[in-house]
Amino acid sequence: MTRSGWRGYIVFFLAPATLIYTIFAIYPIAESLRLSLFAERDSAALFVGFDNYQKLFTEPYWAEQFWNAFKNNVWLFVLHMLIQNPIALALAAILSIPNLRGAATYRTIFFLPTLLSVVVIGFIWQLILSPLWGITPAFMNFIGAGSFFAPWLGLESSALTTVTLISIWQYVGIPMMLFYAALLNIPEETLEAARIDGLNGWWIFWKVKLPLILPTLGLVGILTYIGNFTASFDLIYTLQGGLAGPNGSTDVMGTFMFRTFFGFQAQLGDVNMGATVASSLFFIILLGVSVYLFGVQRRLQRYQA
Amino acid sequence: MKQPILRTALFAAVFSAAAASWADTTVLTIESWRSDDQAIWDEKIIPVFEKQYPDIDVQFKPTTPTEYNAALNARLAGGTAGDIITCRPFDNALAMYEAGNLADIKSLEGLANFSDVAKAAWSTDNSDATFCVPMASVIHGFMYNKDAFKELGLTVPKTEADFYAALDAIKADGSYVPMAMGTKDAWEAATMGYTNIGPAYWGGEEGRMALINGTAKFTDDGFVEGFKQMAKWTPYLGSGFQAQGYTDSQNLFTLGRAAIYPTGSWEITGFQENADFELGAFAPPAKDADSECYISDHTDIGIGMNANSKNKEAALTFLEWTSTAEFASLLTNAAPGFFSLASHEFDVENELAQEFMAMRGECKATIRVAHQILGRGEPALSNELWTLTANVINGTMTAEAAAQGAQDNLDAWFKP
Repeated sequence: MTRSGWRGYIVFFLAPATLIYTIFAIYPIAESLRLSLFAERDSAALFVGFDNYQKLFTEPYWAEQFWNAFKNNVWLFVLHMLIQNPIALALAAILSIPNLRGAATYRTIFFLPTLLSVVVIGFIWQLILSPLWGITPAFMNFIGAGSFFAPWLGLESSALTTVTLISIWQYVGIPMMLFYAALLNIPEETLEAARIDGLNGWWIFWKVKLPLILPTLGLVGILTYIGNFTASFDLIYTLQGGLAGPNGSTDVMGTFMFRTFFGFQAQLGDVNMGATVASSLFFIILLGVSVYLFGVQRRLQRYQA
Repeated sequence: MKQPILRTALFAAVFSAAAASWADTTVLTIESWRSDDQAIWDEKIIPVFEKQYPDIDVQFKPTTPTEYNAALNARLAGGTAGDIITCRPFDNALAMYEAGNLADIKSLEGLANFSDVAKAAWSTDNSDATFCVPMASVIHGFMYNKDAFKELGLTVPKTEADFYAALDAIKADGSYVPMAMGTKDAWEAATMGYTNIGPAYWGGEEGRMALINGTAKFTDDGFVEGFKQMAKWTPYLGSGFQAQGYTDSQNLFTLGRAAIYPTGSWEITGFQENADFELGAFAPPAKDADSECYISDHTDIGIGMNANSKNKEAALTFLEWTSTAEFASLLTNAAPGFFSLASHEFDVENELAQEFMAMRGECKATIRVAHQILGRGEPALSNELWTLTANVINGTMTAEAAAQGAQDNLDAWFKP
C-alpha cells in the first residue's frame, strides 16, 4: 500500500460507529435543542427563540422546580463523591492485596448489585425499608435501636439521602472495578523499590499507588458527575414515582424533565418545555465535562512506570 | 399425488370464505386505560353487542393507565389510533376535542338518556358540543371491616363527631390500625381524603361552582376546614404512613389489619376477591346531625369517537348502543363500582355496590373539586392538591398555607 494514496479504508472503518452515533446521539440532541426554541400555538409549532428558556428561569413555577431539581442533583453528586468513591477506592485497595483469600468472591459480591435491574433494586429496598412489611423495623427493635427507625423514604428531610445511599449501594462496584484495574496495572518493580526504601503498606498506598492512579480518580469523578445527572432518574422514578415526593424533595433534573415532557396524570405533557429542560441539562453536563477536560485532565501528570 | 391438489382446493375455499366474511365486517378498535377490565369487555360486554350487530367486530385494546394519555396522543398524531376512544373527564378530553381528535357527537339520540351534570364532563364550557357518551362514575366514601366493627361494638358513623369517636375507639383498643392510608403516593391523600370528605364543609356543588364563578376562594373557611380535617386524620394512620404507598394501604386493609379505608367504589371487585372478612361502606360524614352529607359521585369514564376514524358509521352505532339500558346494566354488573351514568332503571346485584348506590339517595352529589375548568393551570390544580394535602397530613404545612397554595395556583392564571 502506498502512503500517499487515498486511505478509503479509514472512512470505511469509521462509518458504522459514526453512523450509529449520529443517528442515536447527535441527531436527538440537535432535535431537542431545536424543539426547545419552538412553542405550540393553536396546534402549530411557532419559533419563539429563547422564550422557553426565559420562562424556565424567570417564571416562579418553573424556576422553583428547576433550582430545586438542580440543588438535589448537586447533593446527589456530593454524596456520591464523598461516600461512594472513597468506599470504592478502599475496597479496590483491599482487593488488590496480593494473595488475599477469597478476593474473587468478594469482587463478584461487591459488583453484583450493579448488574441487577434498577426496578428490582427499587422494589427490594422499598420492601426492606417499608414500615409495614419491611425487615428494618423488626431488626432495629432486635438490636435495641427501634426508636431510631423512621419511614425514611417518606420524610422530606431524609428521602433524598436515603435514595442516594441506595444508589451508592448499587453502583459502588463500577468505580471499584476501575480503581482495581488501575491498581493492578502498577508494575511490581515500582512497589518493590518502595518496599526496599523502607515504606510500609500504608505509605506505599499514599505515596506510590495513589499518585499513579490519579488519572483514574479524575475519570471516576467525571463519570460520577455525568451519571448523577442522567442515571439518577430511573431509581428515583421507581422508588418515589413521577412526582418525586415527598413534596418534590427527591426531584432531580431527570424526573423534572420526564414530568414536563410526557405529562403526569392531569398535567398534560409539553414537548417544547420538556426539550428546554433537557437542553439545559445538556449544557450543565457540557459545562462540567469541559471544565474537567480543559481544566483538570490536561494538567494531570501521567507517570510512566 | 391427489392429496396436495385437494389440500390446495380446500385452502382456496376456506380463504375465499374468510375473505368474503371479512368484506362485510367492520372492525372497531376501542382505546382504553382500563386494562384491568380486559376480560369484562371480551367476555361479557362485546359478545352481547356483536350478537345484535354481526357485521361489526369490536376489539378492546387497552393501554396501561399511566401511559394512556401520552400513548394515545402519539397514536392520534400518527393516525393509528382506534375508532372508539375512552375519555377521561373534563379538561383532558376537552383538549383532545379542541385538537380535532374527538368528534362532536351531540346529535346522538341516546344522549337524551343522560343528565346535564353527567354530560358536562364531556362538553365544551358553553355546552355547544358534546364529544363523549358518559359511561360511568365512581362514588367516594369509606369501606370498613364489618367484623372489626362488630368486635369493638361500633356503629357506622353518620357525623364528623361519630367518625372521630369511632376512630378513637379503634385506636384505644389497639388491635387494628384505625385508618389505612399513606401519603407516599400523594394522590390518595387528595382523592380519598380532601375531595372525599371536603364537600361537607364547602357545600358540595355550591362551593365548587362558587370557585368557578369567582365568588369563593380556597382560602375561605369551608375549603380551609377540609385541610384542617386532613391534619386531624394524622394520628389515626398507621406508623410510618409517610412511606406507605397505595398498594400498601390496600393490603393493610384487605389483610384485616386496618378497620377503615377511605376509598371509592372502584375498589369493590378487587377487595371482595382479596378480603376474607365482611366489607361494608359508609358515606363521608356530615358536619353534624343537622347537616346534610355529600358524596363525590365523580364522572370518571366516557366513550367517544376518533374524529379521523374510517368506520364512523359503525362507531356511531356502537356509541348509540352504549347509551342503552342494556349496556348500562351490563357494565354496572360486570364491573361493580363503576356506576352507569344513564338515567335508565336497572338492578345492581353486588351488595357492596348497592351500599354505595344507596348513598346517592341519602347524600347530595358533587364531583372532585379541581377537575372542571379549575385544572387548566400549571401545574394542574388536581395534581397540586395531591402534594398540598400530603404535606398537611405529614405535618410539614398548615391547613391555611395549603389553602393559600391552592389559591395561588388559581390566581396565577384563572379569570372567573
